[in-house]
Amino acid sequence: MPIQGEYMGMMLTIDDVDKENREFFKYCAEGDFRLQKAKKSGLLRYPPTTACPWTGERDYDWVPVEGKGAVHSYAEVHHPIQPAFREKVPYMILVVDLDTQKGQPTEPEALRVAGNLVTPDGEFVPPETIKSVGIGTRVKMVFTKVIDGFAIPHWTIDEDAEQPATPWRYPQE
Amino acid sequence: MSPTSDTDASAPKYLRGKYAICGVGETTYRRGSEESTRNLATWAIGNAMADAGMTADDIDGMLDYSGNDSTFAPLVANDLGIRLNFYMDVHGGGSSTEALIGIAMGVIEAGMCKTVAIYRAMNGYSQVRIGGTGARSAVPIVGDQIHHRAYGWQSAGQMFAPTFLRHMYDYGTTPEQVAAVKVAHSKHASNNPKAYYKTRFTVEDVVNSRIICKPLHLLDCCVETDNATCIIVTRLDRARDCPNPPAVIQSVVGRCCKPRGDIHLHYQGGPISTVAGHYAREILFPNAGLGPEDIDVTGSYDAFTFTTMLQLEDYGFCKKGEGGDYVSNGTIELGGRRPNNTSGGHLCEGYTHGMNMVIENTRQLRGEVDDSCPVGPDGKKQHTYDYAEGGCRQVKGAEVTCNMGWAHPGTGSAMIMAKDAR
Repeated sequence: MPIQGEYMGMMLTIDDVDKENREFFKYCAEGDFRLQKAKKSGLLRYPPTTACPWTGERDYDWVPVEGKGAVHSYAEVHHPIQPAFREKVPYMILVVDLDTQKGQPTEPEALRVAGNLVTPDGEFVPPETIKSVGIGTRVKMVFTKVIDGFAIPHWTIDEDAEQPATPWRYPQE
Repeated sequence: MSPTSDTDASAPKYLRGKYAICGVGETTYRRGSEESTRNLATWAIGNAMADAGMTADDIDGMLDYSGNDSTFAPLVANDLGIRLNFYMDVHGGGSSTEALIGIAMGVIEAGMCKTVAIYRAMNGYSQVRIGGTGARSAVPIVGDQIHHRAYGWQSAGQMFAPTFLRHMYDYGTTPEQVAAVKVAHSKHASNNPKAYYKTRFTVEDVVNSRIICKPLHLLDCCVETDNATCIIVTRLDRARDCPNPPAVIQSVVGRCCKPRGDIHLHYQGGPISTVAGHYAREILFPNAGLGPEDIDVTGSYDAFTFTTMLQLEDYGFCKKGEGGDYVSNGTIELGGRRPNNTSGGHLCEGYTHGMNMVIENTRQLRGEVDDSCPVGPDGKKQHTYDYAEGGCRQVKGAEVTCNMGWAHPGTGSAMIMAKDAR
């Protein structure tokens, strides 16, 4: 059976044979952020793939990874495209460098994990909060349930972390 | 070792100077064509055939591309009375034009056919909107797409935005610098009677227009239009029999990729402020035996102002990080050292997934750009080279052109063409 659930009015579906995504989102539903780790190379990857992008190795384990990092870049949407986001603008999509494996295996690489900027409770943040977030902001992962056994990761400001004095933001507010 | 360093491009053995574009044609650029993509395709191909002085018997190959929003080649060929020895309907958008030109050269070289008509027919405004609203937003979200569309991260502008912002962060590129791309292309379009938008814009107009998705203002984004476009490719010796001077293909690159491409385009690899042109240029220039300094006119894909800037920079028309200065110092305007998108491109003329930039450069090399200059007694344009509004847009002495197609930051295509040396 495909895993299927409605999220913000959008129907999300994971097919039977898509075992990589089934596992990824199942762990998210348990509040457990896991990535595939290749057995031989030991390298983690995101988003889910069928083999290690550096070695082509197909064998892997799902290992727990700390959902913490810093914003590498972002998109800040003011004009919605998808109907589900009409009431959500402005909203941010963050591309976050995980602390884990940052700069590996080569310096410009990182596990860059996407998600919306949300409150610790998983609600879209107000515009004032958006204005405080930019490149360099420290964030931590939270999960939003779609249905039982299926959640998606998001990002929220890491209140316990030391934050940059002025995270870089696009110059026009 | 760079990933492309094993490409031996030192000798002219990659069909350099052996193939040419012998015919180009398009429909009008409109919003609300009220015609099928099939009808638009036959219209544009018919115009290109007339331009090439060819009949249905002269065309025996066809290539087209789409994202399930167009009409496939067999139907279009039949409408035009063309019997095909070869055709292929290719999935994809931007970056297809140059790639398909390369494929056309290859299949002709393999003896599979003689002459290939390449077309892109689309109702990018009135049917499947290129901006992503409507039909594209209604497509069910399955599997890998959950990693972006569930986040409201879907349209081209939304997907590319982190690349654009990171370039500003890494290199200090400013909104005003990038807005100069729109200013230049709008000036060019004002001298193009067939452009959809002919109005000239200023930097202030661009940065004061409403934000769509930071850093993109409305006027940083291209226009959605309904149109078809066609390019005919054949061997140079055949092209020389056509009424118009051939645009001779010196080198071509098709869908060259950065490492680590995935559903999010290119964000796992790095640096994310570098685009595929960084790799494509290692094939493009050596195969042509030319460098950026030899290019007179560029056609850098302008889905957004930023895409033009990023490509011009990573193909090496300026130093890495100096794209903002390059596009704002007058170089890319008509009358400048190396004008870009002299038809107005996607920002102003119309959105064609890359075809109109190649069509324009073909006409530039002919010296026959379709501006408002008068036609002389010999039937040729009497270009004034006065680039004031409503005037000329022919580049004086255009001998070598470079096109840079863009699928997304991680994938691009390119082509260098030159005047026939004969």
